[in-house]
Amino acid sequence: MWEYTEKVKEHFLNPRNVGVIDDADGVGEVGSLACGDALTLYLKIDENERIQDAKFQTFGCASAIASSSALTEMIKGRTLEEAAKVTNDDIAQFLGGLPKEKMHCSVMGREALEKAIADYRGEAEKKVEGNIVCECFGVTDLQIERAVKENHLRTIEEVTDYTKAGGGCESCHDRIQEIIDHVLGMVHEPPKKARKLTNIQKIKLIEETLDREVKPSLKQDGGDIELVDVDGNTVLVKLRGTCATCSISQVTLKDYVEKKLRELVVPELVVEEV
Amino acid sequence: MERIYLDNNATTQVAPEVLEEMLPYLQDLYANPSSMYSFAGEVSQKLKEARRRVAALLGAQAEEIVFTSCGSESDSTAIWAAVHSQPEKRHIVTTRVEHPAVKNLCEHLSHRGWRVTFVPVDAKGRLDTDLLYRSLTPDTAIVSVMWANNETGVVFPIADIAREVRARGIVFHTDAVQAVGKVPIDLQSLEVDFLSLSGHKLHAPKGVGVLYIRKGTKFSPFLIGGHQERGRRGGTENVASIIALGKACELAGSHMHDENSRVRKLRDRLEAGLLASIPASAVNGDPEHRLPNTTNIGFESVEGEAILLLMDRHRICASSGSACTSGSLEPSHVLRAMGVPFTSAHGSVRFSLSIYNTDAEIDYVIEKLPPIIERLRSLSPFWKKQAAAHAAG
Ligand SMILES: Cc1ncc(COP(=O)(O)O)c(C=O)c1O
Repeated sequence: MWEYTEKVKEHFLNPRNVGVIDDADGVGEVGSLACGDALTLYLKIDENERIQDAKFQTFGCASAIASSSALTEMIKGRTLEEAAKVTNDDIAQFLGGLPKEKMHCSVMGREALEKAIADYRGEAEKKVEGNIVCECFGVTDLQIERAVKENHLRTIEEVTDYTKAGGGCESCHDRIQEIIDHVLGMVHEPPKKARKLTNIQKIKLIEETLDREVKPSLKQDGGDIELVDVDGNTVLVKLRGTCATCSISQVTLKDYVEKKLRELVVPELVVEEV
Repeated sequence: MERIYLDNNATTQVAPEVLEEMLPYLQDLYANPSSMYSFAGEVSQKLKEARRRVAALLGAQAEEIVFTSCGSESDSTAIWAAVHSQPEKRHIVTTRVEHPAVKNLCEHLSHRGWRVTFVPVDAKGRLDTDLLYRSLTPDTAIVSVMWANNETGVVFPIADIAREVRARGIVFHTDAVQAVGKVPIDLQSLEVDFLSLSGHKLHAPKGVGVLYIRKGTKFSPFLIGGHQERGRRGGTENVASIIALGKACELAGSHMHDENSRVRKLRDRLEAGLLASIPASAVNGDPEHRLPNTTNIGFESVEGEAILLLMDRHRICASSGSACTSGSLEPSHVLRAMGVPFTSAHGSVRFSLSIYNTDAEIDYVIEKLPPIIERLRSLSPFWKKQAAAHAAG
């Protein structure tokens, strides 16, 4: 059973703006029957480059239909310039979030929008950009790179959730890992510094990072870690299990936990045990 | 109608008679059957009865029945036993349409040095038995072929396959999880070494299974522990569930006729009704050799998850082989092995009935489903093209 938000369900059951615009000014088609989801987006654009009307047809699961419906609602009445800024994450947010396995539905929406705008502007149908990495779903290196950058993806599984790449025969997993490594290496410093987090965001991110990056590897060795408090840039934690009694727990804290948190949250963090 | 449950290949309702039979063993009769006092004797007698009841349904002997924790454990145990009791043999033969319980284990072994042949099926899901026989070598440790497919209901000719395999001195296992209780099985007249079944597919609870081990078959336990199950499967028995499974097997025997007449008719009526009222729909599988309770129908140009969610609004429960519901990004490996075109694989729905289904329920589904498919098709960018192609023949 997929867990959808009420908003996703609502847009699935009562999709807005279904249909075809016969004299559309821009049309964007993405996906295919083989892939299991596809979206055709039609735009009617006035002389001030404002989107007068948007309609869609979608083949796919509930979240594909809801994402398409959401997209049309988000861009109607907006200028092309504004609409072009819509990201896949905006679509997901509009719907109150999507299950992570379904994020590719929001990416499909963003891609259809880009294509429709390009079509309107008469930009020659862009050939497949980049080189195909995932043969099963026809995903290119540039598409993967972009998804990794925009959504801060870190694992092959996440890349699959967002782009479908790697979700078939899995033979491209090494190549996807290379792309992730490449992007991580490339964007390491600047965005981290540039990122300004509110306290709540920071605490959430610390929690997520502990859950995703730290706990699994500690658990392999029979240990665990609990977040007790965050005071400014000081992260107070409790080590449990074998970690708690292990003589190298200080090493674990500084060398591993702190390093991870500095890398993935903000570089100023200091981790202390309580 | 509270709920129209047409997903009995996923799991079944515990029969009221079964529940009644097992409850005392969750309450007052809690003794460990291995203990020495008469309080325990009562329990161990009842376990013996359960073993006899299971054996009776299968045409086996009571000593050949080993209780396990589920169908998957039975499958793993059989393949493990064959592989570990014949360490010199490094080849396994199975099919491309097995349940993950067998498929993933064989894939796992293929990464650990075993050679595995996955025998293909044709467009109707029928096994290429000639290829299977040709693949057998003196190096083959075990052949594992499911009796009936969980997604399409297609039944394989197990009697013939078992005979051919055993004639070459090779161990034969069949995953009969979907077959037991739905089609008659008589192990006495079959050359099967191992057979797996699972309680929750025949109105017993989840978490109990059986591995049948033919007398004289080389064996090596998968779960090593106490003396239970004659050392073939350690661990204190899941007493209440085993007793439930015994009762469920007894009931299955008495319902076999109903299953193959009334339930089959309901299934056929559902299938015919849907095919007649929904254009561009087709059965996946082999109508000639199929379980009486299962139909798998592909609806072109729509996606399975969307169908299931809209059916859920009418409280109809079924399954789909679509990518979005298979937990991966590709449609079911069974439909792909059959070469079902993507246009209908994504929109496939499996209906699996039981003796508890009624005529009124079937009517209800035949009434509710066509508008659902029509509605989703009206959203689909492919449908116009498909419909035109379909109309043109
Ligand atoms: C053909 C087949 N084999 C094995 C299993 C696994 O049985 P269990 O769920 O008891 O592990 C199932 C059920 O899902 C099945 O349909």
